Amino acid sequence: MMPVNKTLRKIRPLKVILFGTFAFLYIPIFALMAMSFNGSHSPFILKGFSFRWYSVLMHDSRVIHGLINTLIVATGSTILSSVLGTLLAVGLHRYTKSSFLNAFALAPAIVPDIVLGIGLLALYALLSVSLGLYSVLLAHVVFSMAFVTAVVKARLAHTDKYLREASMDLGATRTSTFLRITVPSLAPAILAGALLAFTLSLDEFVIAFFTNGPTTPTLPIVIYSMVRFGVTPEINALATLLMLVSFTAVIIAQRMTRPTEDE
Amino acid sequence: MTSPIRTRVSRDSEKRRDLLERMVLQGPGFLFITIFMATPITLVAIYSIFQRGRFGGIVYKATTENFTRALDPVYLGVLTDSLKIAGITTVLAIAIGYPTAYAIAKLPTKWRSIALVLVVMPFWTNFLIRTYSWIMLLNREGLLNHALMKFNIIHTPLDLLYTQSAVVVGLLYGYLPLMILPLYASIERLDPQLGEAAANLGATKARAFFSLTLPLTASGLIAGSIFVFIPSLGNFIVPELLGGGKTVMVGNLIRDQFLKARDWPFGSVLALSVIALVFIFFMLQNAVEKRFSSDASE
Repeated sequence: MMPVNKTLRKIRPLKVILFGTFAFLYIPIFALMAMSFNGSHSPFILKGFSFRWYSVLMHDSRVIHGLINTLIVATGSTILSSVLGTLLAVGLHRYTKSSFLNAFALAPAIVPDIVLGIGLLALYALLSVSLGLYSVLLAHVVFSMAFVTAVVKARLAHTDKYLREASMDLGATRTSTFLRITVPSLAPAILAGALLAFTLSLDEFVIAFFTNGPTTPTLPIVIYSMVRFGVTPEINALATLLMLVSFTAVIIAQRMTRPTEDE
Repeated sequence: MTSPIRTRVSRDSEKRRDLLERMVLQGPGFLFITIFMATPITLVAIYSIFQRGRFGGIVYKATTENFTRALDPVYLGVLTDSLKIAGITTVLAIAIGYPTAYAIAKLPTKWRSIALVLVVMPFWTNFLIRTYSWIMLLNREGLLNHALMKFNIIHTPLDLLYTQSAVVVGLLYGYLPLMILPLYASIERLDPQLGEAAANLGATKARAFFSLTLPLTASGLIAGSIFVFIPSLGNFIVPELLGGGKTVMVGNLIRDQFLKARDWPFGSVLALSVIALVFIFFMLQNAVEKRFSSDASE
């Protein structure tokens, strides 16, 4: 009896803490989801079950338009930041010991987003660039790239440099060694970095808020204007759908990275 | 069979190719960061010493007026309020995050990864939506007041929303996962035998924690604090949605100077103050980390 009691006493406070933290993290989310099926107009009192807020959402052209803009920005910035970030990570790994340059490469991830946002707004204004989707896209590349660089660089620390030397000794050019040896061996890290870049861009609000054009709001900007106006069950329906998408993405990402974790 | 001359030539060309490769690999990335991060921040620094045009825009006449204006009690108060709110949020995140990370590290292996996914999951949900969910909970007609009234704990609804506490709760909710993850990583690395050794040598639990566990997990603590403090400090969404205009943080001021008042030079000074605060915070963290790591190696 004693050992059981002892383990119980050891475990219980930890379980209480975990339970408390997860309650804090999930009660707001579950409340939001429950309210999205609300039959009544009140955003606070749950009465009846209905999908009508989902159908309101599907017919809201602002939301659809915002979603399309967001997908364009996220796809473009993911492709660009994955390419630039991978090249930069490999370059830093091979040639740069300087801690300043290494920090400079990761700095966009640490600079407060509001500072980057107003700075880019000032830059675009100075160059008289009219704001639109591409101004948001370029802004997203700069911080997404830092995350891709960090992820790929972490992976490079564990790769075999002799593979590259062997390839070049056998007469392969630098370019073909890069494309046929380096990139494939980094594929899981590049993919993980790209996924991170995509999700970050999908959710990014502050920088987009400052750099986006008046006629091309991304989805977070549409959401911002909706929540500022007040509480409507339509937002809950949108929130539920977005959460389902990101939860699925997290689970897929978890599945994908699992084998590399076991190595 | 290679002659010395040929070796030197090929070594030289090898060097040149290395340089070329380095340029191809690093050039585009660094060029991009220079244009889209270094230049904007430099621009903000330059604008801070110029005057505002009558209709917005910049008049290129140097002045220190923007800096003295930032020292006005009204603006200084907003800065100290922001520091206070970001500080309290960080301390609370440590208070909740440390035991949580510890508890996760002590779970059986198969439960650990599930717990970690559960920690990360809310973080991948849009920040605005997560903040908005607290409007629903804290509102006068919201769920929390509803529950408290149902159980007869209170009889009239409380004004929970649009307070400074609501802002702290919103920030904490938004950034708690960023505290738990690095803490978990550093706690998980701890060798359980160290604790046993400390106990065998007669150290009390508190002593073992403060002279062993805490210094060894300092790096995670510091990383987590940076991840929570910096985004909290510059945040303007949470004070706007949950503080309802009553709580103004420096992020709100910067936003308004750039988009409403169109006083870019003054907005730039405020942005520089955020950068300066972040920088000071990094230096502090650095000093703490150095002390802890030398303590741990002793």
